[in-house]
Amino acid sequence: MSTATVFGLCAAAVVGLGLYGLIASPQPLRKVLAFNLLGGGAFLFFGVVARRGAAAGFGGDPIPQALVITGIVVAFSATALAIALLLRLFEVAGSATLSTDASGSADTDPTGA
Amino acid sequence: MTVALAFEIGLAALLLAIAAWTITARDAFTAVVVFVIYGLLLAIAWVDLSAVDIALTEATIGSGLTGVLLLGAAARLRTIAAPAVERPSKSLRVGAALLSAIVAVALAGVVLFLPDPAPTLAPAAAANAVATGLDNPITNVLMAFRAMDTMLEKVVLLLALIGVWSLVPDRLWDERVSVERNGPRRPTDRDDMLVFLARLLPPVGIVVGLYILLAGANNPGGAFQAGTILAAMWLLVLMAGLADPPPLSRRWLRLVLVAGPAVFLIVGLGGLWLGSAFLAYPVAFAKPLILVIECAMTLTIAATLGLLAGAPERGAER
Repeated sequence: MSTATVFGLCAAAVVGLGLYGLIASPQPLRKVLAFNLLGGGAFLFFGVVARRGAAAGFGGDPIPQALVITGIVVAFSATALAIALLLRLFEVAGSATLSTDASGSADTDPTGA
Repeated sequence: MTVALAFEIGLAALLLAIAAWTITARDAFTAVVVFVIYGLLLAIAWVDLSAVDIALTEATIGSGLTGVLLLGAAARLRTIAAPAVERPSKSLRVGAALLSAIVAVALAGVVLFLPDPAPTLAPAAAANAVATGLDNPITNVLMAFRAMDTMLEKVVLLLALIGVWSLVPDRLWDERVSVERNGPRRPTDRDDMLVFLARLLPPVGIVVGLYILLAGANNPGGAFQAGTILAAMWLLVLMAGLADPPPLSRRWLRLVLVAGPAVFLIVGLGGLWLGSAFLAYPVAFAKPLILVIECAMTLTIAATLGLLAGAPERGAER
């Protein structure tokens, strides 16, 4: 078993865990967190592919590695936007839930329905 | 089994356990703290995969700045999160677990059956490194071979910031309102340690950030990592209350925000005009041009990341 295989299997399992959290977590903040976890696994997968392509004196193929750096920055942008939307939802609706019936029954304000 | 492999298996197991904890933790705040640990462990895994540039990026952006952002959100949502503990239905959880297991097993299968002489572009990257005069292959890819990606990614950052800004309540756009309402922020006694660190660390952090920017030409480092370190120093000063976040309407702020993509675009169009293609650097000036773009990008990245991680609202409401 090589370094690449160990982290490759780890990446596969992390993607699975992240996907589960993304679907099953009820709170939006936890969904964003799970999305980042999933992203980390996907980046690790790229890292494994890069490591296997080590050649020409480099420790890994620099192209997938550069793509991961770009990916991490884009994932951060998406997270920041998601958090801003979430906080705005909390401010306007007074709750941060995605469940339609929960907000409908808890909210007595007619304008909030 | 060698010691190195045993270490890797241990690290992978730890990563998995921490990832599972992030998903299963009861409290959102705990989950975020565990997620930050996950990011730092992931950075160690990146070093092990010989990707020190990614390790730096993961530790600073993936773990550090994302952690600041999520911790801030978790703290604000904490007040309401406690009563509204919704449980997803059992069928949803079973379905999600099944789907996730299938995806994970399929990915694991892909890992185990990757083509054996692994396809690689490393020799091509090494052969063309002469054209830029930089030794760090990742900087070469980011700034020259796939410069278009990097430029568009700057635009994505800017779009995200525009999105975040458009969600800011109207009253916070007017600087005078927030200053009259809250007054300039004054550090309280409670924050003694934070204020001390906010005075001590930024000079060191700025030097380290600039070093990482300049070292990025030949060693691990570069504009992303440098910009993030500078953003972190700025956030530290803002959090300690030693300075106020700039009002969103300031012209200098907007100029800094577009500097990176604008310089990139100008150089790119220059390549179209003087050279052969968009973003084609003249060979004689490739290295200085890349450095100029990286300097402008570092400024933009630092400002954008700082503003994204510490939305103006949070600074004004404390």
